[in-house]
Amino acid sequence: MKIAISAEGKDLNSSVDPRFGRCSYIIIADSDSKGFEVYDNPGIQSTQGAGIQAAQFVAKKKAESLITGKVGPNALQILDSAGIKVYNGTGLTAAEVIDCFKDDMLSRVNEPGEAHAGLKYRHGRSQGW
Amino acid sequence: MIISVLSGKGGTGKTTVATNLARVLDSAAYVDCDVEEPNGFLFLKPALDVRERVSIPVPSISEEKCTACGTCVEWCQFNALAAVNNKVIKFPQLCHGCGLCSLVCPEKAVREVPREIGIIETGTFNHSVFLHGILNTGEPLAVPIIKRLVSGINKITAQHVVIDCPPGSSCSVIAAVENSDCCLLVTEPTPFGLHDLAIAVELIRSMNIPAGVIINKADKQSRMIKDYCTAQDIPVLLEIPFSKSIAAAYSRGEMITENNEVLENSFKSLGIQLEALINESSCYS
Repeated sequence: MKIAISAEGKDLNSSVDPRFGRCSYIIIADSDSKGFEVYDNPGIQSTQGAGIQAAQFVAKKKAESLITGKVGPNALQILDSAGIKVYNGTGLTAAEVIDCFKDDMLSRVNEPGEAHAGLKYRHGRSQGW
Repeated sequence: MIISVLSGKGGTGKTTVATNLARVLDSAAYVDCDVEEPNGFLFLKPALDVRERVSIPVPSISEEKCTACGTCVEWCQFNALAAVNNKVIKFPQLCHGCGLCSLVCPEKAVREVPREIGIIETGTFNHSVFLHGILNTGEPLAVPIIKRLVSGINKITAQHVVIDCPPGSSCSVIAAVENSDCCLLVTEPTPFGLHDLAIAVELIRSMNIPAGVIINKADKQSRMIKDYCTAQDIPVLLEIPFSKSIAAAYSRGEMITENNEVLENSFKSLGIQLEALINESSCYS
C-alpha cells in the first residue's frame, strides 16, 4: 500500500515530523517493498494554508494513508475528502512507522489538532495580508 | 494632523495615550483600529449611532459549471481553494478577496459573493467623531476593516485625528499607520518594551513617518529606553509615571488626564511637539 509520512529528514531513518502542514519532507513509501521517494513539502513556504497544500500533494501522489503527528482542521478536511486515513507516528522513525503500520499498531487521527500550530511564534496577533 | 499611536508590544498604553490625547486636543476625532479588541469606547464613552457591516468578496462556485480543472486552485495565492477528487473545496477564512479565481476560471463558474467579517460603528464623544471597527471573533483578516476605517478619515472635518493602532508590527499596523502625518510610539521600560519599540521604529522609518516616544509606567528603568532613543535620535515626548493612582483611575474606566492637571497639560503640549516634529522632518526631506 502507498503511504505518506511527514518526515524531518530525507531517508527512512528520519523521525516523523509531528507537524503535518509545515513538516520538512514528505516521504511516499510502499509499505510492502519499503521502496520510497522523498519530496520537499510544497506547503512549507506558504504564508498561510500550509496544510492545505501539503494535503493536496499527498492526495495527488495517490497515497492511501498518511502517518504524521498533528493535522490541522483544513488539511484534515481535504484528506477526508480524498479518503486518506491519518495515523499518529509521533516519536518514531519512518522505518519504524512502516512496520507499525503493517502490524496495525498505529492509532488513527480523526480529530484535527490546533489550527496554525506551526505559526505560534509569529510576531503580532494578526495574520498577514 | 493625523496622529497614529502604536507600540510594538501590546499592553504598553496605546489606548490610554490615544483616548487622552483625543480628549485634550482641540477638535480631535478618535479612530480605534485595534479591531481585534477595540477598547477605546470604554474610556471615551461615545454615543454610537451608525453601524455598518464590512464584507470581503469570496468565491461562490457553480457545481454545474465547475469541471474541477484546478485552474483557480493553481492561481490562488492564499491556499483558499483546494482540488481533491474532482471537487473544489473552499476555505473562505483564508480568502483575501482578490477575485483572481473568478477571472481565471475557464468555465466562468466562479462568482464573488460578500462574506461579512465585522462591523464599523460611528458615533460622537464631546462633540467629536468616534469611529471603531470590530472584527468578528475567529476571523483572521483584520486589514479590510482597518482599510475601511482609514479611508473614512478624509470625511472627518476635525482638525486632528488620533488613530489607535493594533499591537505588533504586522500588516494590520501598516494599514492603520499608512496615511498618518506622525506617530506616537508608546513603550514601557522593560526589555520586552524596548525590543518591540525597536521593531516599531524600524517600521515607521521605512514608511518615512516622523515619530516621538512616550514612556508609560516610567520608573528608574526608563534609562534604557532613553539611551536607545538618544542613539536613534528619536525624541522622548512624554513620560507617564508608574503610579498607583493612574492605574486605579484606568481600572475604573476613567481618563487619566481628567483629574490630573499636570498630565493634562503634558498631553496638550504633545500636539505642539508633534507639529514641530512634522515641520522639522519636512525641512529635511
